[in-house]
Amino acid sequence: MKRILAASVAAVLAIGTLAGCGSKATNDTSGAGSADGDVIKIGIFEPLTGANAAGGQLEVEGMMLANEMRPEVLGKKVVLVQADNKSDKAEATTAAARLIEKEKVACILGSWGSSLSIAAGDLVKTNKVPAIGASCTNPLVTQGNDYYFRVCFIDTDQGRIVANYCADNFGAKKVAVIQEVSNDYSTGLVKIFSENFKAKGGEIIDGGSYQTNDTDFSGILANLKSSNPDAIFAPGNYTESAMIIKQARAQGITAPFIGCDTWETGPFIEVGGSDVEGAIMTTFFDDKNPVNDEGKKFVEAYNKKYPDKQGNIDSVAALGYDAYMLALDAIERAGSTDGTAVRDAIAATKDFQGATGAITINETGDADKDVAIIKTVKDGKFTFLDTVKMK
Amino acid sequence: MGNSVNASGANQKSNRMKYVRIGILLVVVLIFVFIADITVNSYVRRILNLCAIYTILGLSMNLVNGFTGLFSLGQAGFMAVGAYCVAVFTVPVESRAAMFYLVPQNPAIANLELPFVVALLLGGFVSAFFAFLIGFPVLRLKGDYLAIATLGFSEIIRIVFTNTQTITNGALGIKGIPTINRLWWTFGIAILVVIFMFLLINSTYGRAFKAIREDEIAAEAMGISLFKHKVLSFTISGFLAGIGGGLFAALLGTVDPKQFYFTLTYNFLLIIVLGGMGSISGTIISAFIVTAGLEWLRLLDEPHAIFGWNVPLFRPGLRMVVFSILLMAIVLFWSRGLMGNQELSWEYVKKVPDKVRNAFRIKSAKGGAAK
Amino acid sequence: MTMATFMQQLTNGISLGSLYALIAIGYTMVYGILRLINFAHGDIVMMAAYFAFFGIAVFHIPWYITFLAVVLLTALLGIVVERTAYRTLRDAPRTSILISAIGVSFLLENLATYLFSGIPKAFPEFKFMTTPFSVGGVLIQPLVVVVPVVTILLLFVLLFIINKTRLGMAMRAVSKDYETARLMGIEINGVISATFGIGSGLAAVGALMWGMKYSSIQPLMGVMPGLKCFIAAVIGGIGNIKGAVLGGFILGLAEILLVAFLPSLTGYRDAIAFIILIIILLFRPMGILGEKQTDKV
Repeated sequence: MKRILAASVAAVLAIGTLAGCGSKATNDTSGAGSADGDVIKIGIFEPLTGANAAGGQLEVEGMMLANEMRPEVLGKKVVLVQADNKSDKAEATTAAARLIEKEKVACILGSWGSSLSIAAGDLVKTNKVPAIGASCTNPLVTQGNDYYFRVCFIDTDQGRIVANYCADNFGAKKVAVIQEVSNDYSTGLVKIFSENFKAKGGEIIDGGSYQTNDTDFSGILANLKSSNPDAIFAPGNYTESAMIIKQARAQGITAPFIGCDTWETGPFIEVGGSDVEGAIMTTFFDDKNPVNDEGKKFVEAYNKKYPDKQGNIDSVAALGYDAYMLALDAIERAGSTDGTAVRDAIAATKDFQGATGAITINETGDADKDVAIIKTVKDGKFTFLDTVKMK
Repeated sequence: MGNSVNASGANQKSNRMKYVRIGILLVVVLIFVFIADITVNSYVRRILNLCAIYTILGLSMNLVNGFTGLFSLGQAGFMAVGAYCVAVFTVPVESRAAMFYLVPQNPAIANLELPFVVALLLGGFVSAFFAFLIGFPVLRLKGDYLAIATLGFSEIIRIVFTNTQTITNGALGIKGIPTINRLWWTFGIAILVVIFMFLLINSTYGRAFKAIREDEIAAEAMGISLFKHKVLSFTISGFLAGIGGGLFAALLGTVDPKQFYFTLTYNFLLIIVLGGMGSISGTIISAFIVTAGLEWLRLLDEPHAIFGWNVPLFRPGLRMVVFSILLMAIVLFWSRGLMGNQELSWEYVKKVPDKVRNAFRIKSAKGGAAK
Repeated sequence: MTMATFMQQLTNGISLGSLYALIAIGYTMVYGILRLINFAHGDIVMMAAYFAFFGIAVFHIPWYITFLAVVLLTALLGIVVERTAYRTLRDAPRTSILISAIGVSFLLENLATYLFSGIPKAFPEFKFMTTPFSVGGVLIQPLVVVVPVVTILLLFVLLFIINKTRLGMAMRAVSKDYETARLMGIEINGVISATFGIGSGLAAVGALMWGMKYSSIQPLMGVMPGLKCFIAAVIGGIGNIKGAVLGGFILGLAEILLVAFLPSLTGYRDAIAFIILIIILLFRPMGILGEKQTDKV
C-alpha cells in the first residue's frame, strides 16, 4: 500500500511539474514580452470555484469577449491574467496579492460577490493598483477606498428604484420582505427598500429571514400567507429565491415576487420552472433593447462567440465587458500603466459609453448610470418590462 | 514521550547542550524572519503570515485533539470570537458609522477603540471564556458526540454573529481593520506559542493530558482529575484559537460570519493529521507545507497545455479534489503523519538516515518507523 | 395564529420531519454497527440526487428505471466508501476513522464541485407530486403525504429485515458484540457492507424525495441535512431505527414550529438543531429510545 501511495504521490508531482512546464511554455510567448514592456497585464479577480462560481464565470466571459474586441491599448497587447478567489475571503486576499505582486497587473477587474471585493480592498489601496468591480453592489466596496471603482449601480440606488417602482408603477400598499440574513446583499437591499417604501407611505411586513443554503422555507411562508401582502420583496441568492417562490406557490401565495439583479441567471428559471413566471427584478442590461450603440455591438459579438446562449445574455457578462473597456479607456487616457495615473483617469470618467449605458464615476468611486432596467420572467425567459431613469 | 524521558534521565551536560541547540534554533529562526521581512514581496509575505497563523491555530487544535485525545471540531467558532474582538475594537471610530449603515452600532461599544495588542488579548480571553463555558457541559461527552457537539457550538457562534447586527454588523461584515503587514506580529506570537506549548506539554499538566489521551480510566485511577484537565486543555486551546483568529482578522483586514463556516476547521484538521497528532514540531512543519502547498497546487486550477495539447483535466476545482485525496491518503496509509507523536529533536534528526533505510525495506517498514 | 395557518405549519413540519427521518435511518444503522458517525452520509444523499438528475434530465431514462438505478448505484457507492475508507481502518484508533469519514465527505463535495460545477441544477419536475390540493383551507402537495408514507413503509421493511432474516440477526449480533459475532462465524465484512448498502439505498430514496420537494441540487446540498439528520438520529437514540424516525419528526416539527410561534427568531433557525442536540446530550445522552451504554474497560 505504501508503495502505491508513494507512486501516486510521485505521479501527482510529476503531472504538476509537467503542467508547470507546459504552462510556462505557453506563457513564454506572451511572458517574454512582459519584460520588454510591450504587454499590459490586467488581472481578473473572480470566483471560479465555490459558491459564487456561476456569477464569476459569467463576468469572465464578458471580459474575455471585450479582450478579443479590443486586444490592444497604447500600442501594446493586453493579456488577461485570471486568479480564482474561490468565493472565499482568505483565498481572495492571496489571489489579489498574487495579481499585484507576482503578475504585476496594471489594473484588476472583479469580483462577483461584494465581500470578496472588500477583502481585496486594502491590498489595491496600499499597493496603488486600481480595481474596477463589475457587479459588486455593496456600498462598502468603494467606501473609503480611492482605488476601488465599479461600473454597476449600488444597493442603495437599487433599493430605492425598486421601492419607487413598487409604489408608483405597481400600486402596492403592503409589501412583505424576506431577507437572507447571512447575505450582505440581501440584508442591505431589504433595509433600504423598507425605508424608501415607508417614506412613500407604504406598509412593510417582516416576512422573516433565512440562511444561505437553506432549502425549506415553508415555515416563514405559512406565516406570511395570513398577512396577505400585495407583493413580496425577497432579494437574495438565485437558488434560494427560486425555491422560496416555488414553495410559496405550493402554499397558495399568489402575490408577485420582486427581487434584484442576482435573480437574472439561468438557474433561477431552471430551478423555479413555471412558478417563477411573473417574478420581477431590477437589472443592468437587456440584450433585446440595448440602450446605446456599444450595447448593440456587445450583443452582436456575444451572440457570435457564445451561440448556445443566443438571446439570453446575463447582465453580469455585460458588466464584465464594461469593466474591461473602462479599464482600457482609462489606461489610454492616462497614457501609462502607472497605478496612480490610471486611478485618476478612472476617477475622472464622464459619460463613458458602456454596453449597459453611460457611466460617470462619482466622488465615491461608484457608477452614476442613466438607466436601470426592470425585467420579468415570461414564458421561461427574462423579458424586458420597463426602463427606469436613475435620477 | 520518549524524548522527555530521555531528557530527564540524561545528565546535566546534555541538558545544557539541549538549551544551546534550542537557543541556536531560535536565533536562526529570528534571523530568517528578519531577512524575509525585508526581502520578500507582499505576496510571499502574506503566505508566510498565513503559515505562522495556521501554526498557532494548528497547535491550538493539536493541544485538544492530539495531546489530550479529545476530538473537537470547534476551532472555527473560537477563531470567530477572536477575530471579531479584534475587528470590532480596532476599527477606527470615525469609519464605523458609515460601515454600520444598516443598523447603527450599539452605543456601548461604538466609541470604544482599543490598541491592537489589547484587542488581540481580549479576543483570546473572551474565546477562552467561551471555551470554558462550552467545555463544562460538552466535555462530559466522548468521541464522536464531542466532535458533533463542538461543531454545533461553532455553528451556533457563527449564526449568532450573523444575527447580532448591532455588534458585528451582521452579514455585511467589518472592513478597514488596521492590517499587519510585517512578519513580526505573526511570527513573534507563533514563536511565543510554540515555546509555551513545549513548556506546557512537558509540565505535569502536559503529562496529565497525555495520560488522559492514552487511557482515561487508567489516568483517573492514577488520581488525575479528568474533568479539570479536559476543561483546562479546552480553555487554553480556545485562548490560542482566539489569538489566531484575531491575527487572521488583522491579516485580512476584514471579517464576516461566512468566513467561519465549520469547514474552515478542516484546514487545521489536515494540518495536525499531516504533522502528527500530538507533535508540536510536526504541526509547525505541516502548517507551512499545507499553506504553501495549497498555494502551489493553485496551478492545478489553471488551464494547461502539455506539448501544445490542452489538457481538459485542469480546470477550477481540481486543486480541492487533490487536496482532499491527499487528506484521505494520509489518513489511510500514513496515519501517524510526519512526526507521529514525537518531536523533531537533534536525536531524531540523527536517526533519520536509519529511518529512511528502514522505510525502503519492504516488510519491516511499519515496525521500523514506529518506535 | 389562525387554525388554518397552524394546520399548514403542522403539515410543513411533518413533511420536513419525514425527510429528516428517512436520511437519519442511514446514520443510525451505520452507527449501530460500527459506532461511527458516517460524516459522508449527507454527501451520499447529494451524489444520489446527481445520479437521478443525470438519469432523467441528461440521459432521458424513464423515471421508474432511473429511480431503481439510483438506489442501486447509491448503495454501491456506500459499499465502495466503506471498503476504501473505513475497512482499512477497522483496527485503527477511533479518531482515524472519524477523520477518514470527514475526508470522504470533503472529497465527495470537492469532486462534485469539480465534475458538476458549483452551479445549482434543477431536479426534474414531477407535477403529479407537487401540484397542491386543498383540504379545509390547508394546501397540501401530494408529496407531503407520500414522503411520510414511504418513510413509515421503509421503516417496517427494515424492521422486518432486522428482526426476521438471517442478515438481520447477523447485524444485531455484530452491533451487540463485534468480536463475539466474529467468533460465532458471522462474516463481519459482509454484514457491514450490507449495512452500508441498505443505509445508502435509503439515503438515495431520501435524495429522490428531497429533489422532488426542493427541486434544486448543488454540491453542498448534503452538508446541512447531513448534520441535522445525524442530530435527529441522536435525539431518537442512535443505533435505534425507530428512534431515528421519531427524532426526524421531532426535529422537523421543532424547526417549523419555532418559526411559526416565534417569527422574530427565524434567523436562528439553523441553530435550533444544535441546541436541541446539546440539551439531549446533556440530559439523556442515549436519546429518547436508546439504551444506556456503559464503557468497558
